[in-house]
Amino acid sequence: MSEPLLQLHGVSKSFGAVAALVSADLTLEAGTIHALIGENGAGKSTLVKIIGGLYHRDSGDFLLEGESVHFHNTKDAKAAGIAVIYQEPTLFPDLSVAENIFVGRQPYTRVGTLDRAKMRRDTRELTQRLGVPIDPDRQARGLSIADQQVVEIAKSISVGAKVIIMDEPTAALSGVEVDRLMGIARQLRDEGKGIIFISHRFDEVFSLCDTITVMRDGTYIATNKTAATTEDEIIRQMVGRSVGSLFPKVETTVGAAVLEVRALTSVGVFEDVSFTVRAGEIVCFAGLVGAGRSEIARAVFGVDAYDSGSVTVGGARVPRRNPAGSMRLGMGFVPEDRRKQGLAMAASVQTNVTMAIRSSLARFGLITSSLEEPSARTWASRLQVKTHALDTEAQMLSGGNQQKVVLGKWLATQPKLLIVDEPTRGIDVGTKAEVHRLLSELAGTGVAVLMISSELPEVLGMADRVLVVREGRITAEFARDAATPENVMYAATHAVGAAA
Amino acid sequence: MSAATSAGTIAETGGARYLRHGRPLWRRGLLRTEAAIILAVILLLAIGTAVVPFFAQPYTYSTMILNSAPVLLMLLPVTLIVITGDIDLSVGSALGFSSAIFGLGFQAGVPIAVAAVLGVVAGAVVGILNGVLVTIVGLPSLAVTIGTLALFRGIAVGLLGTTAVTDFPQELTRPVSANLPGLPVPVVTLAIVLLAIVFGILLHFTPFGRGVFAIGLSPEAAAFSGVRVNRTRLILFVMSGVVAGATGVYYTLQYSNAIGTNGQGFELQVVTAIVLGGVSIWGGRGTLLGALAGGLLIAALNKTLQLAGIGSDTISIVTGAALIFSVVVASVAGFLSRRRRGKAAATPAVGA
Amino acid sequence: MSVTHTLPPIEKGRSFFGRLTRAREVGLLVLIVVLIVVTTAIQPTFLFSDGGWRELLRQPTILILIAIGEAIVIITRNIDLSVGSVLCLSTYLSGWLFANVPGIPIPLVVLTGVALGAFLGLINGLLVAFLRVPSLVITLGTLYAYRGIAILWIGPHFIRSSWLPPEYRRFGTMQILSIPVLLLVAIVVVLVVGWFMTSRRAGRDLYALGSNPEAATLFGLSERRLTLYAFVTSGALAGLGGLVYLAIFATGDAQVGTGYELEAVAAAVVGGVAIIGGSGTIWGVAIGAFFLATISSALPVLGVPSLWQQSIVGIFIVGAILLDRVLFLSRTRRAKRAGRTS
Repeated sequence: MSEPLLQLHGVSKSFGAVAALVSADLTLEAGTIHALIGENGAGKSTLVKIIGGLYHRDSGDFLLEGESVHFHNTKDAKAAGIAVIYQEPTLFPDLSVAENIFVGRQPYTRVGTLDRAKMRRDTRELTQRLGVPIDPDRQARGLSIADQQVVEIAKSISVGAKVIIMDEPTAALSGVEVDRLMGIARQLRDEGKGIIFISHRFDEVFSLCDTITVMRDGTYIATNKTAATTEDEIIRQMVGRSVGSLFPKVETTVGAAVLEVRALTSVGVFEDVSFTVRAGEIVCFAGLVGAGRSEIARAVFGVDAYDSGSVTVGGARVPRRNPAGSMRLGMGFVPEDRRKQGLAMAASVQTNVTMAIRSSLARFGLITSSLEEPSARTWASRLQVKTHALDTEAQMLSGGNQQKVVLGKWLATQPKLLIVDEPTRGIDVGTKAEVHRLLSELAGTGVAVLMISSELPEVLGMADRVLVVREGRITAEFARDAATPENVMYAATHAVGAAA
Repeated sequence: MSAATSAGTIAETGGARYLRHGRPLWRRGLLRTEAAIILAVILLLAIGTAVVPFFAQPYTYSTMILNSAPVLLMLLPVTLIVITGDIDLSVGSALGFSSAIFGLGFQAGVPIAVAAVLGVVAGAVVGILNGVLVTIVGLPSLAVTIGTLALFRGIAVGLLGTTAVTDFPQELTRPVSANLPGLPVPVVTLAIVLLAIVFGILLHFTPFGRGVFAIGLSPEAAAFSGVRVNRTRLILFVMSGVVAGATGVYYTLQYSNAIGTNGQGFELQVVTAIVLGGVSIWGGRGTLLGALAGGLLIAALNKTLQLAGIGSDTISIVTGAALIFSVVVASVAGFLSRRRRGKAAATPAVGA
Repeated sequence: MSVTHTLPPIEKGRSFFGRLTRAREVGLLVLIVVLIVVTTAIQPTFLFSDGGWRELLRQPTILILIAIGEAIVIITRNIDLSVGSVLCLSTYLSGWLFANVPGIPIPLVVLTGVALGAFLGLINGLLVAFLRVPSLVITLGTLYAYRGIAILWIGPHFIRSSWLPPEYRRFGTMQILSIPVLLLVAIVVVLVVGWFMTSRRAGRDLYALGSNPEAATLFGLSERRLTLYAFVTSGALAGLGGLVYLAIFATGDAQVGTGYELEAVAAAVVGGVAIIGGSGTIWGVAIGAFFLATISSALPVLGVPSLWQQSIVGIFIVGAILLDRVLFLSRTRRAKRAGRTS
């Protein structure tokens, strides 16, 4: 009986050259809620995917109720009693709530027809037990994310899951919904299930969880009893290393304002956002995933629409929803999702590097491969992209080299303002340092840089100023000297006014 | 590891170490669908000339081009549409609609030039409707153009009923199907070549064409790179409609016949030619030359079978089989090349 | 009930969309009744004559059969454009069997026709499932390839009614309680297929696949197997449609069924099947098919030449997907507004 529900020890996982997990440990007891926290890229999601059967571990031990297990796929994990609730569940939008819970194992009546009455009854009972009665007959389409999570949880209970993993479930929820979810988690704990709860919000973690395990850089750091630790202690474990030495931010003279954003609002996404980025300055958006940082950047660049407010670059008004217009004013944007938004993966290095400057390369309106080649060659070599030929497809490159191609594509436009969204996500340490050096040098040449990053050391190492975004608003601003891991993290996780 | 090169990464360095191309010229040039298709066309014509009686006559070539001219014309803009990842199945009906409007206008006594313009406008209307429904309303192009395929064919048939307008002035119809002076090819060849050059330049040698490819490769990355995605798609659908409309006028004059069923089924030949010519149905890959070669291959196949006495009815079975054959080949080739480089590309993004 | 927080009440009652699909079916039924009443008022024989009544009920059967096959395919996020050509081959094969195999039992011919359809559907399904090529391209190819086979085989010939045994021809006119037998056949098929799609796991899996293919694969549903099911069913029903055609018209040449694929798609989307898959009912499709068929027989009476029939089909395809899109957008907008509380 005293055997822990779940035990992982020394689990590692690499993707090519990138080690996502170096050595992860986790021990989950039945009837407890266990927080798993760490910065982005600390390896939490990879660990969850290994537990859920989506990835296979490279090495290490994985015991379920004392038995070593090896899942081949998600089905195996499900059969073993492990359920994962994602931030945005994947339901079948056209099926009813009841059917979503029972899909693939719907009960039959004696005449061989789906036993809808039983499904309805069980669904009602399950959701009522969770304190959130949802109409079993309504379609899953249009359910709020919170309700979709409840459906997923109901599903996991009905298949008899013993371990329920909630991967950042609260990121997209409102306050009331968060309370409701926490109530459900407590109830499941009292019923003897083991729950792994991933969240960036300290208030939730501290009020809900019994145990807190901290990870950093793919490695297990410490497990703390909540009652016996403090927020400061956890933050120290998360941040760990000393910040200043890693990123060589060159001191620059800050010039005139390049980007000015005034009272930018997109209803329900972000509100009343105002800030300025000056020439030669690196401004960082810090904050939690889902706080609205990328959304603000996308609206500024014109990929998304906004409801009110204004954006100017070099004094000229930036048109709404028109990236081409933004680019003409000297804006560049390295998006968050390199594989989907940054690159055409099936296209060559040359095609990608020249994609944003295709109009300026043209002579008399015509463009040829020979006109593109010098630019591609120049930027590939300046960024030291490791490839054999310029017509190599982007998908054949490593993540770090892909990111260099994206950077080259935007540097080729010779921007006055470069927005970089998570520029070092998922790339190896060496390339990461190169990217940081590059951005720093770029600022040194007088380019204004707006950077979004979820990695605190990166933010603190690179930024001249840190703007903390929380729930769609800029809630705090720190100059380089005033920013510490603790106060930035605190501002990102706590409501306005509570800041010390 | 290479972080040692700290002396300014954005400083200019030679860059001479990059090859322009990863593969030698002969492999890039010859090991591709276009080359195979062009070779097939030449082989087919050679075999036809050698084996089939009466094949080696100028008349053969001129009728071959005359018969396939509408498809060769209409596939040009549709190729661009397919490269963006969309599809236009309504071109055959746009041709028919244009033909009906042209014929009715002429019959009603409108000056023939005005009637011709009306025909082209009719095609443009089809294109605009498709484009608006696809880009502004956001419907899938497949569903939209199946709908307009039925709609405009229905209107063409409904407008003309069982009647046909045939009394077009001979001084117009004759030159349309005549040969170029001193050459064994019809006048329309000129139009095909000219339009092919225009669309070829547009697709392969302009920033607009770069945008077309970018949309097909990744609509999101294209939008992030400043490509006006929806505007580009709209323009292409309108172009397709206009070309189909103009082809409708030409077709009507060539056969001196405006009937509601003109151009029925041409959409299949257009799509087949394009897919056969190595343009990816998923978008992002292909050349205009390949699509044209695909169109010529179908034309040559038909002509050969027809002259070999197998009958003109076989056109549909040939086109259908060719379409399936081409996607099977493309699919198998894709599978093999994925497997060959499988390991290199199998580096999933690290979950964030 | 360990949750102590006060929460906004969860929206109860029947889902809006559920009501909407039902409204679609009811709306179509009302339209059918209005159409029949108006047409009959203009020309009483439209309904009140032996022939009129029979035509009204008998004529939609072919479309009903192929439309529900098409609907199953569309529900899985595919499309089958080859149904008209499949129907043609089935019609001619059946007629040919009657003519060339004297004394062949009718059930055997029926079975052969349906099996031929299922086989042709299987070819479609295999190509789509294993080549990962859009079904549009594949079935556009087989639309012409199957038609080409028909043309090669049949040539200028056509089925003569003298080829058919009298018992088979009687199917076309037979009535039970003044309802044509053929319509009863269609009704039975609709009930069986409809029951399967609503009440068996495999049927629900087809909806799940079309509703969210990624989730379905993640869930362990076999996309290939389900795709094959859908295309084989569509082919088999087109084969059955060919037999019904033979019973009604007692003739047939190489052009039978031309353009049926568009009518089938139109009936499916008019009947409430979303073109992007995942939703729609078999009952709705059957009613949609009846509606379209009734329109084409009513048009001449209403003073519109029947030549306009195809443009009506086109209008209904475009109109139905447009309507679905508008409803979808307004629904998501409302959900978005309700979902955000910050």
